[in-house]
Amino acid sequence: MSDNSIVCRCSDLTLEDIRKLIKKGYTTFDEIKRMNRAGMGPCQGRTCMPIILKEISIITGKPISEIAPGTYRPPVKAITLGQIVETSEGGGNEHD
Amino acid sequence: MIKIADVVIVGGGISGVAIAYNLAKKGVKNVAVIEKSYLASGATGRCGAGIRQQWGTKMNCKMAKFSCEFFENAKEELKYEGDIEFKQGGYLILSSTEKEHEQFKKNIVLQNSLGIPSRLLTLEEAKEIVPFLNTDGLVSATFCQKDGHLNPFHTTEAFAKAAERLGVEIYRYTEVKDIIIEHGKVKGIRTDKGDISTNIVVNAAGGHAQVVAKMAGVDIPVYSERHQILVTEAIEPILDPMVMSFSLNLYCQQVPHGGLIMGRGDEGEPRDLRVTAGWHFLEEMAKTITSLLPPLKNVRMIRQWAGLYNITPDRQPILGALNEVEGLYLAVGFSGHGFMFGPATGVLIAESILGEETTLPIDMLNMNRFEKGQLIFEPSVV
Ligand SMILES: Cc1cc2nc3c(=O)[nH]c(=O)nc-3n(C[C@H](O)[C@H](O)[C@H](O)COP(=O)(O)OP(=O)(O)OC[C@H]3O[C@@H](n4cnc5c(N)ncnc54)[C@H](O)[C@@H]3O)c2cc1C
Repeated sequence: MSDNSIVCRCSDLTLEDIRKLIKKGYTTFDEIKRMNRAGMGPCQGRTCMPIILKEISIITGKPISEIAPGTYRPPVKAITLGQIVETSEGGGNEHD
Repeated sequence: MIKIADVVIVGGGISGVAIAYNLAKKGVKNVAVIEKSYLASGATGRCGAGIRQQWGTKMNCKMAKFSCEFFENAKEELKYEGDIEFKQGGYLILSSTEKEHEQFKKNIVLQNSLGIPSRLLTLEEAKEIVPFLNTDGLVSATFCQKDGHLNPFHTTEAFAKAAERLGVEIYRYTEVKDIIIEHGKVKGIRTDKGDISTNIVVNAAGGHAQVVAKMAGVDIPVYSERHQILVTEAIEPILDPMVMSFSLNLYCQQVPHGGLIMGRGDEGEPRDLRVTAGWHFLEEMAKTITSLLPPLKNVRMIRQWAGLYNITPDRQPILGALNEVEGLYLAVGFSGHGFMFGPATGVLIAESILGEETTLPIDMLNMNRFEKGQLIFEPSVV
């Protein structure tokens, strides 16, 4: 992949952005995420995480299995605050 | 790993890196910071990173004002190549009872006497700042334009990089397992990567402060409690200030990137070291915030997480030397507002380690206040 391929669509990051951070010593997904928001968008890193882990592995020479993957946080899919209110308590039943 | 250090700091959150930076700046040569994971992996990287000067005690007003002024000049002082994203959109603090309104009046008098430019607002004036604020059930508000928030990861990095340039050694992914004490004096630390001899250890271990204190055989009067927080997708800028209410138990801000970050204290949170996320918080958060700021109903939340508050009996930090063990210093118990005190914590602990007169009187924050019964009562906390 070339340096300017987009890795994280949510946060608009290129492979070059990611490679720079890895070379500076940020060698886990969670550290990279905190530095440049990779994986902090609505998709929760589903697209970029595998690519970033692979890149860390190439640059550091560590097998992917030894690199800490990012933490998946709830929710699995983005949901509006209004929907959360509607489905809470009795609210959810009224709709059925 | 180095074998000997002048000072070893346990914890690479905002407190640890700020203390290290200030020690190095004052010329201390061999300073080591030991962090069991990555920097800001504790409460610092999980927090709202809001800073406000609108407090109800003189001490807190002064600590916050000091820190705010530091952040205003942080770019020059720390020479960070990134952006700490300091946004001074102000804090709009809302009262919902007469009693709270009375307290606000006193707070403003105190704050103004200390040079903090806060003011009491009517609800109409509050709506000029946040036009879609639902004022039902509210009484009044206070506002200080100089309050705001930062990016906690970059702020921590900024201190850490500046400290490293001054010679501080930061050991990431290294865990302190024991503190070596001989005849009541600190002699060193034991980590999973080796030992370091030192006469001075600073406990800046955040939510794990009581665990680290135990390594030195000391019980400190703190406990940890999970606090949850969430972020929405990035949207157009709609909210300038941090909106906060003690009585409604919530806060909400829009970060420069566009996401809205919000949190509240949930009832019955576990008092242990868990940082999992729960559904009850999410429901209560969504209900209260969409009632106060109705347009947020249509905004999608994308991530929820939690961090630890390290809480003391009077919800004020414990700062300074510990009398029982010579060479052991505490920077713990920030009770949910330690990020904004970071710059002050750094300076004050460095000064007290070097035996200098402290910039602000920190004696009243010493752990011995609990024995003496001299607790500090801060009326304005979430
Ligand atoms: C949800 C939430 C919202 C908050 N909002 C705000 C806010 O808006 N404004 C504000 O000012 N404050 C806020 N706070 C509080 C703030 O986050 C903390 O007070 C502050 O970050 C504490 O910093 P610290 O460096 O003392 O601790 P931490 O950031 O917790 O750092 C301690 C570090 O020590 C490390 N450690 C622990 N044990 C060991 C060991 N044995 N060996 C090596 N390392 C160890 C940990 O890994 C951790 O990185 C909030 C907190 C939470 C949870």
